[in-house]
Amino acid sequence: MLSAYVPIVVALLFAMVVAAGALVVSALLGPRRPTTNLTPYECGITPVGDARIRFDVKFYLVGLLFVIFDIETIFLISWGVVFRDFVTAGHGGYIFAIMAIFLGLLVLGLLYEWRKGALEWDER
Amino acid sequence: MSDALQTGVVWAIQALIILAPGLIPLAIVPGLVYVERRMSAFIQDRIGPNRVGPLGLLQPVADALKFIFKEDIVPPHAHRWLYILAPAFAAVPALCTLAVVPLGHTLHVFGREIALIAADVNVGILVVFGLTSLGVYGIVLAGWASNNKYSLLGGLRSSAQMISYELSLGLSVIGVIMLAGSLRLTDIVMMQDKLNWFVFLQPIGAIVFLIASYAETNRLPFDLPEAETELVAGYHTEYGSMKFALFFLGEYAAMITASALTVTLFFGGWQLPYYLEWSRHLPQLLADLIPPAVFAFKTLFFLFLMIWVRWTFPRFRYDQLMDFGWKVMLPAALLNIAWTAVIILAGWV
Repeated sequence: MLSAYVPIVVALLFAMVVAAGALVVSALLGPRRPTTNLTPYECGITPVGDARIRFDVKFYLVGLLFVIFDIETIFLISWGVVFRDFVTAGHGGYIFAIMAIFLGLLVLGLLYEWRKGALEWDER
Repeated sequence: MSDALQTGVVWAIQALIILAPGLIPLAIVPGLVYVERRMSAFIQDRIGPNRVGPLGLLQPVADALKFIFKEDIVPPHAHRWLYILAPAFAAVPALCTLAVVPLGHTLHVFGREIALIAADVNVGILVVFGLTSLGVYGIVLAGWASNNKYSLLGGLRSSAQMISYELSLGLSVIGVIMLAGSLRLTDIVMMQDKLNWFVFLQPIGAIVFLIASYAETNRLPFDLPEAETELVAGYHTEYGSMKFALFFLGEYAAMITASALTVTLFFGGWQLPYYLEWSRHLPQLLADLIPPAVFAFKTLFFLFLMIWVRWTFPRFRYDQLMDFGWKVMLPAALLNIAWTAVIILAGWV
């Protein structure tokens, strides 16, 4: 039933028109005067160096952790949808045990990261 | 009435419902901004905006006009196209998420039934997560394209914060999916009839979802991406005029979506306890109009709660925020899944 998705596309187009309209309207109606100071805003002090500074590798680490656990979430969604059907069919213990093993491994990984200090932000 | 006119009315209502995901935020956001400013004033023992129109009610209109007539600057040091597109990226997903959320039950117009939902798709929750997680792109792109140190730091913080709390958000919904056995939001609401609101069955999940949704919308106490006292304005430091207004619109539209989802997933959606039983004895029109009214009331309550929390709690420090997300919220969300599995296996629900 692909036709059920048509309203989402309509909503998306509507939102795009609103956003584009807002950008165009202010570009057309806003005043245009020669502005003197167009340096990056740093509280009035002349900026030093490039804005694309090096940043902490921990942001990257969080990204990696996120990918692992987000994939786990996707598995859990499909597992959650059929969970009740398995329970009513009498296979509740089976489907529970399977996910418990899978989740248990991931939680072990989380505990390992925890102990290793990968989740500490204030430690230097 | 003639047949043609009746068909016309039905079509008009259906068109309104399909456009509702965009129209509702556009209609509510100005009011919400006004209420937020007035409420924050009362909480802080100030008066707040009261000059434009009676009680300052026209303040949002004045704000909008001012946004439109502000000079539209693209800083020469910024990445031109990404800088212009980023606000649109932030606003667009927030303006279509409501499409899969049931706003009420059904309307009966001239013997025809109209479902009060724009797109009743069978993967509703996935659509919601897909769209809301796109919101982070607007913020990251803005932070990068502005070519400003404050903006970059704000964008980085924001991406790390949003993906950390998105995990808890996603995991806290698994319990709901297990109970309902469906990803369709209308099914999830129908499962919560009588007194079976999911918040009673899995209070931990509801609390985790609520907190994570505050972090996802960058509201206090999680507004670190734009923490004024340290980052000036974070990712939108270099933005002005309608571009800034679009970020604003996106944030407030995301608040509306988050409240509507909290209501739909955990607080019975448009249902009142035993509504399906006692509504049969009501006149048709009344029975039709109660669900949307109930849904609106519940959603407005959670919006009110968001504003209340914002002006009551202090901001987290960044390491506290990440600690809380990974060491408290994530385990709590996993615990909620285990708890839900146990109550289903034990046959309590």
